[in-house]
Amino acid sequence: MAARSKAPGVELLPSAEPVRLIEADGTAVPRRVLPGPTELRAAYRALVLGRRFEQQATALVKQGQLAVYPSAHGQEAAEVGAVLALRPTDWIFPTYRDSVALLTRGVDPVEILTLLRGEWHCGYDPYVHHAAPQCTPLATQAPHAVGLAFAAQARHEDTVALAFVGDGATSEGDFHEALNFAAVFHLPVVFFVQNNQYAISVPVSRQSVAPSFAHKAVGYGMPGVLVDGNDAAAVLSVVGEAARRAREGEGPTLVEAVTYRIDAHTNADDATRYRPDEEVAGWLSRDPVARLSAYLTNSGQLNVDVEAAIAAEAEDLAADLRTRLVAELPPPADELFAHVYHRPTQRLRDQAELLRAESEER
Amino acid sequence: MAQAINQALADCLAEDERVFVFGEDVGTLGGVFRITDGLAAKYGERRCFDTPLAESGIVGMAVGMAMNGMRPVVEMQFDAFAYPAFEQIVSHVAKMRNRTRGTVSLPMVIRAPYGGGIGGVEHHSDSSEAYYAHTPGLTVVAPATVADAYGLLRAAVAWPDPVIFLEPKRLYWSKEEVTLPAPTEPIGRAVVRRPGTDATLVAYGPSVQVALAAAEAAREEGWDLEVVDVRSIVPLDEQTLVASVRRTGRAVVVAEAPGFASVASEIAALLSERCFHALSAPVRRVTGFDIPYPSPKLEHHHLPDVERVLDAVATLQWEDA
Repeated sequence: MAARSKAPGVELLPSAEPVRLIEADGTAVPRRVLPGPTELRAAYRALVLGRRFEQQATALVKQGQLAVYPSAHGQEAAEVGAVLALRPTDWIFPTYRDSVALLTRGVDPVEILTLLRGEWHCGYDPYVHHAAPQCTPLATQAPHAVGLAFAAQARHEDTVALAFVGDGATSEGDFHEALNFAAVFHLPVVFFVQNNQYAISVPVSRQSVAPSFAHKAVGYGMPGVLVDGNDAAAVLSVVGEAARRAREGEGPTLVEAVTYRIDAHTNADDATRYRPDEEVAGWLSRDPVARLSAYLTNSGQLNVDVEAAIAAEAEDLAADLRTRLVAELPPPADELFAHVYHRPTQRLRDQAELLRAESEER
Repeated sequence: MAQAINQALADCLAEDERVFVFGEDVGTLGGVFRITDGLAAKYGERRCFDTPLAESGIVGMAVGMAMNGMRPVVEMQFDAFAYPAFEQIVSHVAKMRNRTRGTVSLPMVIRAPYGGGIGGVEHHSDSSEAYYAHTPGLTVVAPATVADAYGLLRAAVAWPDPVIFLEPKRLYWSKEEVTLPAPTEPIGRAVVRRPGTDATLVAYGPSVQVALAAAEAAREEGWDLEVVDVRSIVPLDEQTLVASVRRTGRAVVVAEAPGFASVASEIAALLSERCFHALSAPVRRVTGFDIPYPSPKLEHHHLPDVERVLDAVATLQWEDA
């Protein structure tokens, strides 16, 4: 175990500054190896689509089409970078805020929003996309990622499981148990903390006094890595390395992506009560989409035609989402009883019959 | 009974490489009750192993394993030690099939030694079945015989839904002459353990033996009591229960959990609704008191015994009394 080495834990410590490959103004950090042009252009496309999806979903809440939408505006690079660093056969365990991650995974936008539209809980097939249902109770999906990785390893598959958690979720017991299990069993798991600075209204200073969330890794005997969560290139690189380690039998990694939630927690939240406008403005100037766009344009990897084509694709995505989401019908009431057990119990069959009779009377 | 459960686990491990047995102290030690004795040695430390001491982690890991094609069987060391895993059980184990519209099922078994009567100090004797039975999506079974301990556990591991497998710890050392595997009824079926005509005693888990002893003692009073072993709390075999009570016209439900909002209450309500015109007396419940499980020197006051069952039977308004 790494923690038994000569200088216990030191080699596991994250760097003092988050790993950054592209500065906020789009210039490349000197002497750093960036992901290749194909990867970066794919990330740019996913960022633009993700941003547009976020805007559309937020608008749909205002129109009363969605019950709620926890926006990841500002965090897109973290979600996009984490997903694109994995293989499609690797599993992701997203939370309710990780819709952009699911979109990047190729999940149908309407299926992503099934939960928030209030029709059913999980709208997509987890096995098709290798994506677990979006998890609401904090950190509880992290042990699932551990178990999935355990099973993959038992079958000699080189699947990696990545668990998304927020800064608030790092205070939960399941976060601790999942990291500890993954380390003890030496499993191919990447724990990806999106530190967006607030758990609803509680700032990170009230969540932990550790130097960073990535520092927590040392206590579990796994490496912790701090990364600039608004730099898609850096996230791609850092998560890519963590996934490689996992795949090659080197065990789990804890990655903390330092980012910021530009919008409120949800539409039910008033973020002006707990954070100053200047703070938000400061983070707006570190926008992940503008940053990658500037880098790609300045380095001649992106021209106006490609940019326009991606923008048009994003508009199509939003228009299609509007049309189909509004047209979508809720599932038949009978389904309430269909998926509780593999076969409905007599009690459930009786209750289904009651509901059918009630519907006929009306 | 302990040996029957051990045998069931061994047979599952031998027959299906998707089965994994894990929890606290289940490996080298063989479990605090020695239920997993010898399994790690025989099937290897990858198939039967110790985990860090963390119940939520144990159950949560089992969820991920079941999602990925395995059939985990986890041990909660004692009934009340399962409470840290309660969120995993209620929010994920029970709901995964439903959340995913039938796409992701979780074939897994959570074994928990449950109930009192062994002189355990606090947190070692809870009857927590009502929490699980109240949660849609969970299958809840409790064996009362050696044959059922084997048969129900084999059925639970093969079951496509998550099963809470409640092992009456005071029956661990009970002995029966039985060659395993003995034929048993499937999950979802109650069994008449003793036929009778005057009243029905409904029980499950450790209380079945109490009910059988009470039925035996009742012969001296001239009462011929039927004993129905529920076996499967969810799904509940309403048909067998109702048929018995319609035949006898009287019923006492026996269980050692606190009676308020309990499985016993549910069964009593069900029998009142469905057997009302066949009943000669109100359905009675004989349960533990509505108190936290008492200290060992006081637990005999709390646990329903033969006397308390017979006292309840005596109040069933016999026409010739």
